[in-house]
Amino acid sequence: MSDIAANAPATGRSNSIWARRLIPDLATRRALIAITAALLVWQVGATSGSWLGTPLPIIGAAPAPDAVLTAWTKLLGDPGYWQSWVSSLLRVTLGFIAATAIGAPFGLALSSWSIFRGLAFPVFELLRPIPPLAWVPASIIFWPTQELSIAFVIFLGGFYTIVLNILGGADALDPRLIQSARSMGASRWTIFRRLILPGVLPSLGVGMETAIGVTWEVVVAAEMISGGSSGASASSGGGLGFFIWNSYVGGAYPNIVVGMISIGFAGYFSSALARWAMGRATPWLKRT
Amino acid sequence: MNAQLRQTVQRGGQTSLRGAIEIVDVVKSYDQGGASVQAVDHCSLSIPAGEICMIVGPSGCGKTTLLNAIAGFHGIDGGAITLDGRTLCGQGRPKAEIGADRIVVFQNGALFPWKTNLDNVAFGPIVQKRLTKAEAYEKARELMAEAGLSGHERAYPGELSSGLQRRVEIVRALMNDPAVLLLDEPYRALDALTKSVMHEALLETYYRTGVTIFFITHDLEEAIFLGHRVVAMTSRPCRPKRIFEIDIPHPRSYDALTSTRFRELAAEISACVDEEAIKSFALGEREG
Repeated sequence: MSDIAANAPATGRSNSIWARRLIPDLATRRALIAITAALLVWQVGATSGSWLGTPLPIIGAAPAPDAVLTAWTKLLGDPGYWQSWVSSLLRVTLGFIAATAIGAPFGLALSSWSIFRGLAFPVFELLRPIPPLAWVPASIIFWPTQELSIAFVIFLGGFYTIVLNILGGADALDPRLIQSARSMGASRWTIFRRLILPGVLPSLGVGMETAIGVTWEVVVAAEMISGGSSGASASSGGGLGFFIWNSYVGGAYPNIVVGMISIGFAGYFSSALARWAMGRATPWLKRT
Repeated sequence: MNAQLRQTVQRGGQTSLRGAIEIVDVVKSYDQGGASVQAVDHCSLSIPAGEICMIVGPSGCGKTTLLNAIAGFHGIDGGAITLDGRTLCGQGRPKAEIGADRIVVFQNGALFPWKTNLDNVAFGPIVQKRLTKAEAYEKARELMAEAGLSGHERAYPGELSSGLQRRVEIVRALMNDPAVLLLDEPYRALDALTKSVMHEALLETYYRTGVTIFFITHDLEEAIFLGHRVVAMTSRPCRPKRIFEIDIPHPRSYDALTSTRFRELAAEISACVDEEAIKSFALGEREG
């Protein structure tokens, strides 16, 4: 024991030993320290009005963490809050599945079929710069139900990301892999199935991970614009975006922050899920 | 020389006479930024079955163009290439059909990263439907064991050193029972020690199979140590400048490197190649 103490650098870190025992993982420890520090700054800044006399700019107008926590605790028992979660989650899932189910084959067709690429890619590139949110009014006109028009806008958000990633992945495939497969007698179908598909899988993974973040951005904005217009209230199917907007309109400022953090969690966990699923699907990457 | 060849080409007691390549008057040019570049010019070379033929020459001289023409990766503008009397390309057929009788092993390797080593090795016979899956895997295990690759069957290529990867790739090539192995600087990226291990392993494989080897390299020691003949190419356009018979008896071991005859040959070939390298350098050829 004295050996360890003698070898340790003399920086007086002995006070952190309890923290090391409590949370052995360095990354987790650092993350917790950072989050705690951020909460502290936020608390002090948000309550600056009472201890400084005048509130600090920007942060002084924000609801304090303790007020947010109180509001959140109250909301946890409110079925309307959970209904917002479910609504947004369903829309994201639907839009994201559609984006993957249509985007992945579309990207593969673009990359492996030059006639199709020549015809479809210019249209794709013309439509791509249009932000998904610019589609909201048109989408409301096109689609019979509000739900479908929101899902369509979400779909667009994920679609471009997935297609572009697949295209990039397919173009980056080493042509020598295909040459050597051909020289071993592989048919076009075998090359597609055994080479191109697994070859673009990692890029599809990156695309899905990015796309799921984009879909959360889009769903919230789409709900803010259109979520309440069908007469939905915060306690019905408006989703988290409408929940935030409604909290703003109703002056329940801590609830705005609750809504924002909820989306943060949702995005974090869905990205992590996509990453985990891709890790399972591409074992050759994990082991190297 | 012929006697020596015949002696080393004993495949289980019977003399194999597969893999004789005739390159007759081959011409090939390609476009580079609008200008036509003559890569190969009236190149003729006769490679008897079961020979290890080493091709050396300055960077970018057109050696790889020749290899690609034999493999069928691109066509030729004139002349002909035959394999065992069968015309691969020439006489109205500009491009050879890609086939499993001529397998290429590339400089950086072309193993499929998403397949285990065993799946890589078994790939050819399975897609050709020449063997059943069970037979292919059995033969793959056998050949891997012979090449000292036991224990790496379930690993992915990315988990092996580049030396072992190259060995897996040569085993994968041999699984197709090719008449010719086309090696394009397969050991270029390896360190000297690994290289010497690879050389001895390649010779061992050769003594076992008697497969014809067309081997492009920049490394003169490698060329002399492995080859029955070393063909020094001119700088672009490419054609044989001089052919050196390597009269060091097979089977060879690394002791050959220290022999007087080896030193003499090295000096002679080096003088011949350097002359072309200087010409090529003056022309500003790119690496490749």
